[in-house]
Amino acid sequence: MDLKVNDYTTDDGLTVINVEGEIDVYTAPKLREKLIDLVNKGKFHLLVDMEKVEFLDSTGLGVLVGGLKRVRAHDGSLELVCTQERILKIFRITGLTKVFGIHDTIAEAEEKRRGAR
Amino acid sequence: MATVELSFSALPVHVRTARLIVTAVARRSGVAETLLDEVRLAVGEACSRAVEAHRRHCPDEPVRLELVGTEHRFEVIVSDTVPGDDAAGGLPTIDDAEEFEYGLGEGTAELGLAVIAGLAEDVDIEATPKGVQIRMSWPAEAEATI
Repeated sequence: MDLKVNDYTTDDGLTVINVEGEIDVYTAPKLREKLIDLVNKGKFHLLVDMEKVEFLDSTGLGVLVGGLKRVRAHDGSLELVCTQERILKIFRITGLTKVFGIHDTIAEAEEKRRGAR
Repeated sequence: MATVELSFSALPVHVRTARLIVTAVARRSGVAETLLDEVRLAVGEACSRAVEAHRRHCPDEPVRLELVGTEHRFEVIVSDTVPGDDAAGGLPTIDDAEEFEYGLGEGTAELGLAVIAGLAEDVDIEATPKGVQIRMSWPAEAEATI
């Protein structure tokens, strides 16, 4: 399955990126381009919704880490929404659960963001 | 002993094909359904690493995959033809931010090896002058259908 990547920005200035499909060595460049494009447009607070991601490999992890580095250079943030155990397991194996904020829902991420400000 | 051999051009799109084939053969070899996701991911990582190594060093050479089903184990061997020394010498670390950021460098390969080590029950990585061979295996307890 190909990768679908769409985004919208909330009134709060949080840009939500909906990702659907498989993120692997073939499709990851599409997500990377989207993250770079958003940062170039001044969107520095990103939330990647991974609830419809069917497969994620280390190439996808690398793209997310790259995105995180980019937004952090602008005092921004890149967090994730994910409740799928098979995807979360990959973040645990690589120790990246300590690097990314991971939320159960978009609403939860928005609430924590409001609370932190 | 049931063996399936596959060789494919070093293109990212074929890694997906390899994953599909491995999952099908693992299932037929009696690997439990609960382990199939791990097999698919670990073999995909090994194939991605091999494809990236070939694209840098020998893009015309195919990547080779062997799937071996024995009575109680399902073994996968992913082989590239990039001499072990070259592969090791070309390994930037995760700290190499610029390379890592693009998500296609060997920084990702290091993450990939971590994923393989975390998923495969038994892993052996052998770097020789002829290339790198990643051997992984899982239990195959159900009755094999091949």
